[in-house]
Amino acid sequence: MLSPGLARGVVLGAVLGFLYIPIAVLVALSFNESGMATVWSGFSVKWYAALLANAEILSAAWNTLVAAVVSTVIATALGTALALGLETRVRKGRAIEALIFAPMIIPDIVLAIALLSFFSLLKVPMGLHTIILAHVVFNLAFVSAVVRARLKTFDWSVTEASSDLGAGGLTTFRRVTLPLILPAVVAGALLSFTLSVDEFIIAFFTAGAGRDSTTLPMQIFAMIRFGVTPEINALAALVMGVSVTAITLAQRLNRGVIAP
Amino acid sequence: MSVLLNIDNVTKRFGSVTAVDGVSLDIRENEFFALLGASGSGKTTLLRMLAGFEMPDGGAIRLEGADISRLPPNRRPVNLMFQSYALFPHMTVEANIAYGLEMEHLPKGEIAARVGEIMAKTELSPFAKRKPDQLSGGQKQRVALARALVKRPRLLLLDEPLGALDKKLRAAMQLELKRLQHEVGITFIMVTHDQEEALVMADRIAILKDGRLVQVGTPHEVYESPASRYAADFIGLMNFIEVAGGVQAIRPERIRLFPKGAETRTEGRVTARAYHGLDLMLHVATPLSPRPLTVRVTADAADRHALAEGATVALGWNAADTRHFTD
Repeated sequence: MLSPGLARGVVLGAVLGFLYIPIAVLVALSFNESGMATVWSGFSVKWYAALLANAEILSAAWNTLVAAVVSTVIATALGTALALGLETRVRKGRAIEALIFAPMIIPDIVLAIALLSFFSLLKVPMGLHTIILAHVVFNLAFVSAVVRARLKTFDWSVTEASSDLGAGGLTTFRRVTLPLILPAVVAGALLSFTLSVDEFIIAFFTAGAGRDSTTLPMQIFAMIRFGVTPEINALAALVMGVSVTAITLAQRLNRGVIAP
Repeated sequence: MSVLLNIDNVTKRFGSVTAVDGVSLDIRENEFFALLGASGSGKTTLLRMLAGFEMPDGGAIRLEGADISRLPPNRRPVNLMFQSYALFPHMTVEANIAYGLEMEHLPKGEIAARVGEIMAKTELSPFAKRKPDQLSGGQKQRVALARALVKRPRLLLLDEPLGALDKKLRAAMQLELKRLQHEVGITFIMVTHDQEEALVMADRIAILKDGRLVQVGTPHEVYESPASRYAADFIGLMNFIEVAGGVQAIRPERIRLFPKGAETRTEGRVTARAYHGLDLMLHVATPLSPRPLTVRVTADAADRHALAEGATVALGWNAADTRHFTD
């Protein structure tokens, strides 16, 4: 018989192993000198070098970066404004709240089809800009959720004090409200950036045709149809590195929120 | 003294609740005025209307003759010291105090000079570079006060200014705040639920109940001549004795022991005694009322007459020391 403590340890180990061993293998293989997944022939960064020489991948990476940065900037500005508005102006916000959370809950595939139909109905030519718009839709929900969580514990008397001391609404936002909620705003932005970088389904549906709007996940999907190459392992390791960094930063920031 | 602020028949409703109901008051130049009331009396709502955070539904608020009741807070020559202090947590003490002057676009040199001066006056200079979370309660309170005073407002509003301090610090700050007010020569309006604080600090007191004014007067007037049973009960300790056609009220210190020639006399038994230093409070059960009377005596007198629990004592008072209420 295993002791309860040991049994728990074994289960935990099994679960963590199931989650992380594939990722560890992927990263290890991305440094494998041989092209085969089954044979380790030595450490090498040649697959990373190959990535940098691949024009298609570079262009996809660039598209991904543009889509993520632009949609994050727009979603962060709108999402923060939305959160502030909901917390200060709206008394009966339940229905609006539900509407705003919808993009977070609706399955991506449904949102993807809906956006595709919407864009074709309006005869909007599709490309990188429609991916950006689509990403704004769900990023907005995430940013406003993160910022609103911070605003729940916000001491609004400091904004009244600012106004009492002679500041107009914009000055109060710039000098008091924004500095106090900034960790949450940046956390929301980083989350939004991460979601955008590895988002596949919605981008795939709203991208239209052509290389100009192919993002990294779409590129990987296209490449993988011919089998997993070490190049893909390297690419996946890089994307994961970017995502993990952004999420870790976001969590750090949100923990460091200045207490009111 | 000339009138600085005229509150003219001001009313404020929240839904079906009338928080402030037709209040009219004149506040004089350089006065220390207290708005006193229990929670829900409308005192805080009235203060927030003076600061500009609430708009009255009726009536006018005139500062030196000009109606300010529609002006937003940032355009009134009035400042508020918040009950929670509402210090900016991301700014140093110095930056907190300078904020209001920066909003006036004053030259940097003048801002620095005025901030330095007020920090010296409120003994905050050693804490200039600290953030609010590195300050004690009393220090935070002084920063909040300095931040409002540095603007040299025509009128300073204080929302329960000593409410968050412990008892000992409160007593010290009561006198300190009065001294500061004399020094800066600014009219203060303070909201408080603490009648003792109002009596100690204010030049005049307005008692509010359910959004209406009950009485306005000096501490002496409201203590010695309460206008209603509510005012008599709210301020200080009071004995109420049911009599034909109403109720008779008498302060514990106006009841005399073993009186000769008092107009009203009674006898009773001491049921409890509470020691307050120089004074004792006795509870004396008498035939006059179902509740024991509270009688304030000096510790000396209590010893002289051996007023232990169970002792019999004769009490008396004169009609001039009582008040009669018909409600």
